[in-house]
Amino acid sequence: MEKEIKIWIDGTEITTSKNKTILEAAKENNIYIPTLCYFVNTEPKANCRICTIMINNRMLTACTTPVADGMEIQNNTEELTDLRKSIIELLFVSGNHFCPTCEKSGNCELQALAYKYKMLVPRFPYEFPHKQMIGKGSKILKDQNRCIACKRCIKTIKDKKGRRYFATKYRGYKLEIVPDEEMIKTISEETAQQAMDNCPVGSIIKKEIGFNMPIGTRKFDKTPIGK
Amino acid sequence: MIEKSNKKIIATASLAGCFGCHMSILDIDDRLLDLIELVTFDKSPINDLKQFTQPIDIGIIEGGCCNSENIENLKYFRQNCKTLISLGECAIMGGLPAMRNGISIKECLQEAYLDGPTVQENKEGILPNDEELPLLLDKVYPCHEIVKIDYFLPGCPPRADLIWNALTAILLGKDIELPYEVLKFD
Amino acid sequence: METTLQEKKIFDTLKKYGNNKSRLIDILHELKNELAENKKAVRKILSEKLEISAAELDEVISFYHFFLFGKGKYNIYLNTSITAELKDRDKVKKAFERYCETPFNSVTQDGLIGLYDTSCIGMNDQEPAAIINGKIFTNLTPYRVKELVQGIKSNKPVEELMYENSGDGNNSHPDVNSMVYNNIRRKSIILNKDYPVYSFLKKGIKEMTPEEVINKIESSNLRGRGGAGFPTGLKWRFGCRVPSNHRVIICNADEGEPGTFKDRVLLTEYPELVFEGMAAAAYATGSDIGILYLRYEYLYLLKFLNKKLIEMQASNLLGNNIEGIKGFNFNIRIQMGAGAYVCGEESALIESLEGKRGEPRDKPPFPVEKGYLGYPTIVNNVETLATAVKILHFGPDWYSGFGTGDSLGTKLLSISGDCKLPGIYEVEWGIRLGEVLEMCGAEDVQAVQVGGPSGMLIGMKDLNNLNSIELMKWYKPSGMMVAEKFFDRKLSYSDLPTGGSIIIFNNSRDLLKEVVLNFMSFFIEESCGACSTCRNLPYIMKNKLQKILNGNGVKKDIEDLLSWGKILKASRCGLGQAAGNPILSSIFNFRYLYEKHIQSLVEFNSEFEIEKAVTAYSKFVHRKPVLYHLQ
Ligand SMILES: Cc1cc2nc3c(=O)[nH]c(=O)nc-3n(C[C@H](O)[C@H](O)[C@H](O)COP(=O)(O)O)c2cc1C
Ligand code: SF4
Ligand code: SF4
Ligand code: SF4
Ligand code: FES
Repeated sequence: MEKEIKIWIDGTEITTSKNKTILEAAKENNIYIPTLCYFVNTEPKANCRICTIMINNRMLTACTTPVADGMEIQNNTEELTDLRKSIIELLFVSGNHFCPTCEKSGNCELQALAYKYKMLVPRFPYEFPHKQMIGKGSKILKDQNRCIACKRCIKTIKDKKGRRYFATKYRGYKLEIVPDEEMIKTISEETAQQAMDNCPVGSIIKKEIGFNMPIGTRKFDKTPIGK
Repeated sequence: MIEKSNKKIIATASLAGCFGCHMSILDIDDRLLDLIELVTFDKSPINDLKQFTQPIDIGIIEGGCCNSENIENLKYFRQNCKTLISLGECAIMGGLPAMRNGISIKECLQEAYLDGPTVQENKEGILPNDEELPLLLDKVYPCHEIVKIDYFLPGCPPRADLIWNALTAILLGKDIELPYEVLKFD
Repeated sequence: METTLQEKKIFDTLKKYGNNKSRLIDILHELKNELAENKKAVRKILSEKLEISAAELDEVISFYHFFLFGKGKYNIYLNTSITAELKDRDKVKKAFERYCETPFNSVTQDGLIGLYDTSCIGMNDQEPAAIINGKIFTNLTPYRVKELVQGIKSNKPVEELMYENSGDGNNSHPDVNSMVYNNIRRKSIILNKDYPVYSFLKKGIKEMTPEEVINKIESSNLRGRGGAGFPTGLKWRFGCRVPSNHRVIICNADEGEPGTFKDRVLLTEYPELVFEGMAAAAYATGSDIGILYLRYEYLYLLKFLNKKLIEMQASNLLGNNIEGIKGFNFNIRIQMGAGAYVCGEESALIESLEGKRGEPRDKPPFPVEKGYLGYPTIVNNVETLATAVKILHFGPDWYSGFGTGDSLGTKLLSISGDCKLPGIYEVEWGIRLGEVLEMCGAEDVQAVQVGGPSGMLIGMKDLNNLNSIELMKWYKPSGMMVAEKFFDRKLSYSDLPTGGSIIIFNNSRDLLKEVVLNFMSFFIEESCGACSTCRNLPYIMKNKLQKILNGNGVKKDIEDLLSWGKILKASRCGLGQAAGNPILSSIFNFRYLYEKHIQSLVEFNSEFEIEKAVTAYSKFVHRKPVLYHLQ
C-alpha cells in the first residue's frame, strides 16, 4: 500500500497517496478541475493551462503537479475561474469556431467549457486567422480552424512502429498541429475514429459521417462538463 | 393607449443574418402576449416599420456587418437606442457569413461569380458593382467591433427562453438568468 | 550521379551519430545543404532510418530558426534587437533589400542570397550586426552593405568579405578569425588574469573531497548568473541526491536575452575558466557527461573551443581518471543550438539536446532529478561556472569580501544602447545604477532596461500607490526598465536583479513605439507555442498597443492590457510569464506615455474605418467607394 497523505482542495480535506497528480487525486474524490490537453493514461504535457490551480499564491497545473502531504490547493476561486474563462476565450478568438457548422458541436469540450463559464462574448477581439483544411485522399479531415493545439492526437495516435500520425509544426503564434500527409492516406477506419474521438474539439473529423446525433441528445446538451 | 407611455420601446434589425434570430423571438410563443404588455415595437422587420418614430429603449440586432449598409444601420441603431443587444452568433462573431473572413474579397467574388462550380453563365464576367448596391466589406465584422454593444445573447438561433429571460430581466432591471440549457452556440 | 553522393552523405552522417534520434540537431546541421537542395528526398531517408514520420522530422526542423530559414547559397541574418534598431538598422535593412533586389525573409531569384530577420545575436555593443554564412559582420552601414553584396555576387568566400583586421584578443586567433570586439571595459575579480589556468584542476582539487567543493561553493553564497539567481551550491547538492549511473553537467551558453553578450566574451577570452568550472562541478557531483550548449549565433567560436577541449583531453584535464584522481571521469562535448531563445530555459535546452523541439518541460521533476536522457542534470550559466573556479581557488571568504548583502561578488554587465562606451563591465554587486551610467558615459538618459525584455520598466510616479504594490506581487521580474528618478537603486538580487543586460535609452527615444513594440515582437517570435496563453496572448496585446499608438485607444484599452497581462502568468516557463512585461511595466511606470495617446473623452473606439474596409471590394469591381447614407 502507498502511504496515505492528506491534501486540501478549497478547504476540503482529501486523503490520497503519493505519486498521484493533483488532478488524479481530485478526480478520485469527485472534485472537478477542468482539463483540455490532459488525456488518461498518457504523460501530461500541460499545454492548455486550463487546469491551473494555486498553491501558496503560485500558479501550477493540476495535471502535472504531484500531490504532497499537507498541500493546500485553491481550485474554484473567482480569480482562477476568470483565468480559465479567459483561456477558453483566447482559444475561441485565435481559431475560427463556427459552432453551428461543426460536427463536434454538442460533444466538444472547448464549447462545453465555454458553456460552463458562461462565455457570452470573448473579451479579446476576433482574429479570424486564415487556416487550412488538410486531408486530401484520407479518411480524415484535419480542420486547422478548430485546432486548439492540445496535442492529444500527437500523444495517442501512432502506428504499429510507434510513428506518429500527427506532429507539431513551427512555433509560437504560427504553431500548428499537422497530420503526416502520407500516413493519413492509409489510416485505418479504426484509427481515424480514435483520432476523432480523442480530439477534444472538431479539428479531426472522420469523413462520411457526422451530425448523426440529434440536438438534445449530445453529450453536453443537457449535462455540463464535469458533472 | 393610455399605458403606452410606461411601455418600453423596442426596435430590431437584421443585418448579415438569416432571420433565424427573429424567428426565435417569435418562438417565445404565448409569452409574446405577455411581452406585448410590457413593450411596444418600433422600427422592426416584424411590423415592417422602416423608420424610428421615437427614442428607443432596447435595440436588438441580428447579424453581423458584411457591407456598408449594415454599418450605417448599426450606427443608426446605436444613436437611437439606449440599450443595444447583439442577438445570435452572427451579431456576436459574424457567424456563418464570417466563414469568408481570411479569404480575400477577390477570391470570394471570383469563386461566387466567375470560377465556382455553381456559376452557370457569366461570359462577360460581370461582378456585382451597381451603384445601388451596398459596398462589401473586407470581412464580416461582429457588431461590437463597430459600435458599443451592451448585451450579448448567443445561439444559432438563440433559444427562445434565453431571449425571454434576457428581455424580461433587462426590462425589470434584474440580472439575466442563464440556466445551462438556454446558453448554446448552435 | 548526384543523388547517390547525397545519399552516401546522409547514410554516413546517420552512421556517425549511430542512427540516434537524440542527435537529430547535429544530423540536421550536417545535412543542412542537402536539406536545402532536396528536402523531400532527404526527409524521406531520414524519417525511414530514424523510424519516425516525416511530420515528426518537420516538427524539429520547423522549430529552429536556422533550420527553417536559410535557403540561399549565402544567407544573411540581420538581427532585430532594439540596440540594432537604435543604430539605424532600418537603413541597413533597406540597403540589403536594394542591393540584393529582394525583400527580407525571401531568397533572390537566382537562389544566391537569402535575407532574413533574426532575433538578437549578442553583438549589442557593435550594432547593427548580421551573420552571413556563420560569420559575424558588425557595425554595418549602407555603404558596407553595398560592398558585401558586391562581394557575394562575385561569389567570394565569406571569409574574404571580412576586412583584413579582425577583432581584439582571441577574436583574431586563427581558429576564431572574427571581426567581433570584446570591448572589455572594466575588470575585477573574475576578469583579472591573476589565475594560472587549470590551477584548481591540477592542484587544489586534490586537497578537497567533492563534499568540500560543494561546501565551499555553498558558503560563498554564489548565485546563478543566468538570471534566476538560484544558489549554485544548493543546485550542485541537489544534483547528487538522486541515485543514477550517469550525471550530467551542462554549461548554458545559449545567451539569448537581448542585450546580453558577456558569455560570448567569457568564451572568447576565458574558455579555460568555463571548462574548468564544468570539470569542478563534475568532480563535486560525480558527473561523467559534460555538454556545452552553444547558441548557433556563436558558431564562429566552435573550432576554437573544440581545440581547447582536445588540448584538455590530451593533458588529462578531461577524460578518465582526470589528473590521476581515480574514478574522476568526465568529458565535454559541444552541442550547437539552431536558433531559439527559449532553448536557454534549462529544460528546453535539455529537450533540444535530446534532438527535439526546444519546448520547456513542466516542473517537477526538475533537471537535477531527471534531466538529459533521464539522468540528474545540472545546468549552469557560463559566468556561474567561471566564477565557481575562482571561488574554489581563492576561497569563499575572499569572494564574500566583494558585493553586498544577499548579492556577493561581482557581476558582468553587458551594456549597450545610448552610451559612449558600450561593452563589458565587471562591477561589484550593490553598485548604484547611476554610477553604472556614469561609467559607460551615458547622458541625457530617459530609461534603462535592466535584465533585457523579460525585465521591467520602472518609473517614479507610481511607486507609492497601492495599485503598483498589488502589481508587484505577480510581476516577479528578473530585471526591469528604470526611469531616471530610480537611478539610485542598486544592482542586487533583492533590488534590481539582472542577468547582466543593461540597455540605455536617451530622451530622443520613443519608449513605446521603438522599445516596447520591439520587445513584444521578440516574445511573439520566440515563444515555443506550447502554452495556449503564451502562444496567443502576446500577439493580441501587441495589436492592442498598436491600436493605442495609432491614436485610437480609449481608457479601457489600458485597463484591458493590465488585466490581460495577468493571464500570461499561467504560462509554463519564464518566457511566457515575462512576455507581457514590456507592456505591463511600461504602463506601470510610464503610464503618462500611454495616456498621451489615449482619446480620453471617447468611451468606445474599435478602430474600424469604413473607408478602409470597402477598398478591396471597390478596387476589384472598379467601383467608386462612395458611401451613401441612410438618412
Ligand atoms: C526563456 C528563458 C531563457 C533563458 N535563457 C538563458 C540563457 O540564455 N542563458 C542562461 O544561462 N540561462 C538562461 N535562462 C535561465 C536558465 O533556465 C537557468 O536558470 C540557468 O541556465 C541556470 O544557470 P545558473 O543557475 O548558473 O544561473 C533562461 C530562462 C528562460 C525562462
Ligand atoms: S470545435 Fe467546438 S468550439 Fe470549435 S466550432 Fe466545433 S463545436 Fe464550436
Ligand atoms: S487536432 Fe485535436 S487533438 Fe490534435 S492538437 Fe488539435 S485539438 Fe488537439
Ligand atoms: S511559456 Fe511560452 S515559451 Fe514557455 S513553454 Fe509556454 S509557450 Fe513555450
Ligand atoms: S489539462 Fe493541465 S494544462 Fe491542459
